[in-house]
Amino acid sequence: MDWGALHTVLGGVNKHSTSIGKIWLTVLFIFRIMILVVAAEKVWGDEQDDFVCNTLQPGCRNVCYDHFFPISHIRLWALQLIFVSTPALLVAMHVAYRRHEKKRQFRKGDQKCEYKDIEEIRKQRFRIEGSLWWTYTSSIFFRLIFEAVFMYAFYFMYDGFRMPRLMKCNAWPCPNTVDCFVSRPTEKTVFTIFMIAVSSICILLNVAELCYLLTRFFLRRSKKAGSSKQQPNHENKEETKQNEMNELISDSCQNTVIGFSS
Amino acid sequence: MSWAFLRDLLSGVNKYSTGIGRIWVAVVFMFRLLVYVAAAENIWKHEHDEFECNIKQPGCENVCFDHFFPVSHIRLWALQLIMVSTPSLLVVFHVAYRENREKQHNQKLYRNPGKIDGGLLCTYLISLILKTGLEIVFLVLFYKLYNGFKIPRLVKCDIKPCPNIVDCYISKPTEKMIFLYFLVATSCLCIVLNLSELSYLIFKYSIKRYLKRHMKKQQ
Repeated sequence: MDWGALHTVLGGVNKHSTSIGKIWLTVLFIFRIMILVVAAEKVWGDEQDDFVCNTLQPGCRNVCYDHFFPISHIRLWALQLIFVSTPALLVAMHVAYRRHEKKRQFRKGDQKCEYKDIEEIRKQRFRIEGSLWWTYTSSIFFRLIFEAVFMYAFYFMYDGFRMPRLMKCNAWPCPNTVDCFVSRPTEKTVFTIFMIAVSSICILLNVAELCYLLTRFFLRRSKKAGSSKQQPNHENKEETKQNEMNELISDSCQNTVIGFSS
Repeated sequence: MSWAFLRDLLSGVNKYSTGIGRIWVAVVFMFRLLVYVAAAENIWKHEHDEFECNIKQPGCENVCFDHFFPVSHIRLWALQLIMVSTPSLLVVFHVAYRENREKQHNQKLYRNPGKIDGGLLCTYLISLILKTGLEIVFLVLFYKLYNGFKIPRLVKCDIKPCPNIVDCYISKPTEKMIFLYFLVATSCLCIVLNLSELSYLIFKYSIKRYLKRHMKKQQ
């Protein structure tokens, strides 16, 4: 069980996301999870061993480390990534539920069902409308909230995003004030700023996706209101053509996203 | 053999679960297993090396560490994850037994071997009760072994060969406490999910039986 398993789960959601959602997922996996596993974990690997205090008093180092790092950066990022990925599971569960319903209909031999076999149901891509729209939008909303909360917690706990070289500590059992030195402060600052920057990009992508979904929703509503006054057949043909074009565009986008398959 | 085995096991169980059961599997994957592997394991990695006592007496640190941590938090956590996931195997075994019976007799004995009814319902309910029981047992064990869910910065130790009372310092106590609380919170969430699934199933099947009886009476 590791980040690879998360990739498998979220890759399945990718099929039913908007284009911005697919970009968000790519950014999440390449610029956050991969960087965390491949680079950041090694930078913070020796954080307590190489945290050195200018005293021979046993216990002082432990206490000072605990005082300045209540929860390590790397653990906070891991938790942030887990919490931020979880809302996508809501969408995955909703899609699975819809598929299950369609399979049940198919098995009952419902004539309304237009599928030829179960394989087609499994491979079908659901459009984001109806109740799935609400699930998808609330998952984006929760993602935003979690990102913001973790970024604030980070800023609050570490007084900004810089890692100082030297910390002055006078917690018991340290005798007077003791100088403690953090290992690799510059490298840690660089990675912290990088992770914060990518977090901000993800927040922007989520906001953009939310706006896109809301705009689409209101446009559809106004179209429906307009079309109910005009001839229904003519409007439906145009709408179907536009829908087909949208499908083609989003399918081509799907094919160019790296490495994700259902 | 690693956690991937447990993951595959739980994915197999997911097929025969109710909706709440699937939420339970998702919670165990994301908030317990993934957090354990990705974050918690590394915190407790060097706990013995970083446990420091204010004494040069050889053996004192070892003895004090052993006294205060008979079983490390992280090992208890791993045991809890394994024990709590195992009762779901009962359901998988029962379904496999049903399918085997159908093959042996070469006829369709069940409308759907994976559907939760009859004997499989009993097995499912037993697995839910076992899961909940094991969660509670481990929570109580954590509480009793470590005097609550707090991890102190400093412990005082006076076991031989330590001369008088010696101050010993635990490494990363705050971080360990945060993750311990996280463990307790997810455990409680899983207990709530199991209990609601139990009540949902009992309620659903009692209503079904009542309706069947009512229809029979009418006929």
